[in-house]
Amino acid sequence: MTTAYNFAYLDEQTKRMIRRAILKAIAIPGYQVPFASREMPMPYGWGTGGVQVTAAILGPNDVLKVIDQGADDTTNAVSIRAFFARTADIAVTTKTSEATIIQTRHRIPEEPLTANQVLVYQVPIPEPLRFLEPRETETRTMHALSEYGLMHVKLYEDIARHGHIATAYAYPVEVAGRYVMDPSPIPKFDNPKISGSAALQLFGAGREKRIYAVPPHTAVVSLDFEDHPFERNKFDHPCALCNATDSYLDEVVTDDRGGRMYVCSDTDYCEDRRAHGHRGAQLAEAPAGSALGQKPNIEAAE
Amino acid sequence: MSLAVSAPLAGSFLEPVFDSQRAFRAAMDALAHPGVVQPAGHGLPDTPLPAAAAALVLALCDYETPLFLGPSIETLPGTAAYLRFHSDAMLVTDPAMAAFAVIDLVRDGLDLAVFAQGTPEYPDRSTTVIALSPGLTDGPPLTFSGPGIAATATLQVAGLPAGFAQQWRANRAAFPLGVDIIFATSDAIIGLPRSARLSKDER
Amino acid sequence: MYVAVKGGERAIANAHRMLADKRRGDRAVDEIGVDQIREQLALAVDRVMSEGSLYDRDLAALAIKQARGDLIEAIFLVRAYRTTLPRFGFSEPLETADMLISRRISATYKDLPGGQILGPTFDYTHRLLDFALAAESETMPPATSPVDPAETMTRVTDIIAGEDLIENNPQPADGQPVGDLTRDPLAFPADRDLRLQNLARGDEGFLLALGYSTQRGYGRNHPFVGEIRVGEVEVEMLIPDLGFAAPLGVIAVTECQMVNQFKGSKTEPPRFTRGYGLGFGHCERKAMSMALVDRALRAQEFGEERKGPAQDEEFVLSHSDNVQATGFVEHLKLPHYVDFQAETSMLRLMRAANARQAGLPPAEAAE
Repeated sequence: MTTAYNFAYLDEQTKRMIRRAILKAIAIPGYQVPFASREMPMPYGWGTGGVQVTAAILGPNDVLKVIDQGADDTTNAVSIRAFFARTADIAVTTKTSEATIIQTRHRIPEEPLTANQVLVYQVPIPEPLRFLEPRETETRTMHALSEYGLMHVKLYEDIARHGHIATAYAYPVEVAGRYVMDPSPIPKFDNPKISGSAALQLFGAGREKRIYAVPPHTAVVSLDFEDHPFERNKFDHPCALCNATDSYLDEVVTDDRGGRMYVCSDTDYCEDRRAHGHRGAQLAEAPAGSALGQKPNIEAAE
Repeated sequence: MSLAVSAPLAGSFLEPVFDSQRAFRAAMDALAHPGVVQPAGHGLPDTPLPAAAAALVLALCDYETPLFLGPSIETLPGTAAYLRFHSDAMLVTDPAMAAFAVIDLVRDGLDLAVFAQGTPEYPDRSTTVIALSPGLTDGPPLTFSGPGIAATATLQVAGLPAGFAQQWRANRAAFPLGVDIIFATSDAIIGLPRSARLSKDER
Repeated sequence: MYVAVKGGERAIANAHRMLADKRRGDRAVDEIGVDQIREQLALAVDRVMSEGSLYDRDLAALAIKQARGDLIEAIFLVRAYRTTLPRFGFSEPLETADMLISRRISATYKDLPGGQILGPTFDYTHRLLDFALAAESETMPPATSPVDPAETMTRVTDIIAGEDLIENNPQPADGQPVGDLTRDPLAFPADRDLRLQNLARGDEGFLLALGYSTQRGYGRNHPFVGEIRVGEVEVEMLIPDLGFAAPLGVIAVTECQMVNQFKGSKTEPPRFTRGYGLGFGHCERKAMSMALVDRALRAQEFGEERKGPAQDEEFVLSHSDNVQATGFVEHLKLPHYVDFQAETSMLRLMRAANARQAGLPPAEAAE
């Protein structure tokens, strides 16, 4: 079946169309370029935008990493990685530093990216104004006029009601001083990593048929107010496995009596730290290199 | 369907799938890193245009992209037919209708205002200009800043017309409208997206 | 000890195996053939072709088999196949007046040239389970059609138009290519060609509910079924190098032309208006719903107040596609724990702040 389809699944005409949209997206940072998104062999909402972008840029010498929730081993990440390994026969990796293209859902890797890497985001709702104004005709005009007052009103209402901005993920940003952009549902913890990254960041929304981009070294500001500046959330605990204090943590329920532990959501980052001898509370007693120090490897219930 | 082809045409990519991917990646890197020279033009040993420019047309154009050719290119023997045959792009005579344009900086000059600029709602509906240049590293230096540029980037594209700095300032002032330029020789390209800002002291 | 959720790859492989097993079902029962689906579940095949936007009975039947009879899943399979096919251009408009008819009815005239042809319809069947069908049936003699295959029938709307009682069919501007929303993403407001394409690909159930809502007052437009015709038409494509339209083949379609409330002005005499529906194969419910919604979406064109969902172009066109809809609804099954974690932290923060204000010890509000 692999042979019945083109390299990286998409036909060349489709790739050209997506490539043209990507070039425009790079030239107009944060602007959502409409593109004729194709039906893909996986469902809308499961990464079709990211997959189309990846398929359009991918070459035979690329090394691909796919993460979902920061992890390489979540089922959808496994499925997308397998799709490209099968249709493009390219090298895949879980190591952030080895990858030339990283497709992601909901996270930015902890390790800073480099100039020869591209980060491809899967985006469900690309329009940052959509939940304030459902009509495309209206939001398009608002972007054209840089009329973002509605967004500020919404954020300010949060402050009036809760004392602070209550958006925890998909926190809107302004790109290069012009377009307000949805960074996809990454936690706002990741927002500062978008700005000034050395890597090109491409965003693909398949169902909504939009592609947008943040070029390298581009100023990306999380929307805020002088008296209520944007704050990155912090965790009270270090990672229980690698003791990192600078990473985004997943909360893991360990028993039904309220037991919790916190571990890095970025599995590669956590593994790499453990390989370098870092030990969290959960592994403190285990000598380096023992089974417990390795990647957890227990089959999930099916 | 290939009907009668009257004259022998120069060849297309040796490996269309991979060569067009390479050409596109060069263009992507060029626009994402303005001012950085990107090697390009692979897989096109036999083309009437400088290979890096021809590769961009073959990689990016098809029947959905109206293509404008500068007068010197339109009249260059075999070139229009070559580009049309291998890309399937529709040639247009009005540059404001073009998704892509190929012009020769030295022979055709450059007037950015004649091309499609996009609209406030759809700034992407603009022309990408592929500009043939005699050299990408030996022209007078121009310093830019903006997205894709860490601090500043210095372009030394040869063959730029007099008054280019003024034209570019106008192009930048219209942002997000405006045109993007990819300068090309036979083996390399360099990108100048509309977001790039010319530093103040450039004239 | 922390147990990581791991082994995604093996889990997926297992799930695929179990799916294949369930698809086959009890091995003591004969496996269903794609040809059986094509011939005996023909209306399911027609729906998959219509909403999959690909006229190929065998592929649609295969998709239904592979999807275990889940038609939206089958439509999805067909769409994902179709999207990889090269697009050569677009056909000439179908000439449905020349249709080789198997069914043709009009609600606006008791009788008319060519007559009312019931054809293969459920319309006047009594919906009683036929237990005889549960048994193997003996060989059935073929039914013969009363229609002379050489006879073409004038379309009812052309008869009405002969008296100038109905608006003219809008004609595309010369040289204006017909839109294709699979090639250019939809922009609003959309022209009628794109709206009709969207509706033709749209979910039958969604359009049925919207069409129904117009009948119940949410954008009422007084429809009459001018005509429903089912049959085969020839598809032709203009080949520029040949200079004439070449026939590509014959396809079966259902066409519904609604005749709707009249409009006029000081300068224009009053005329009936039109709603149009067309789908592959035999798909009356879909074609009728499509025609109702098409007419409802023309509200602005006729200066009607837009007060029903069916008249709201952005709402209808953005939500009609079941492949998009099912994907996005079902994506909620994917892990969202990073975002949930962010929300949980925020919630705890807010509860802790509330507790501080109320003078409670922090442990009562947050952990």
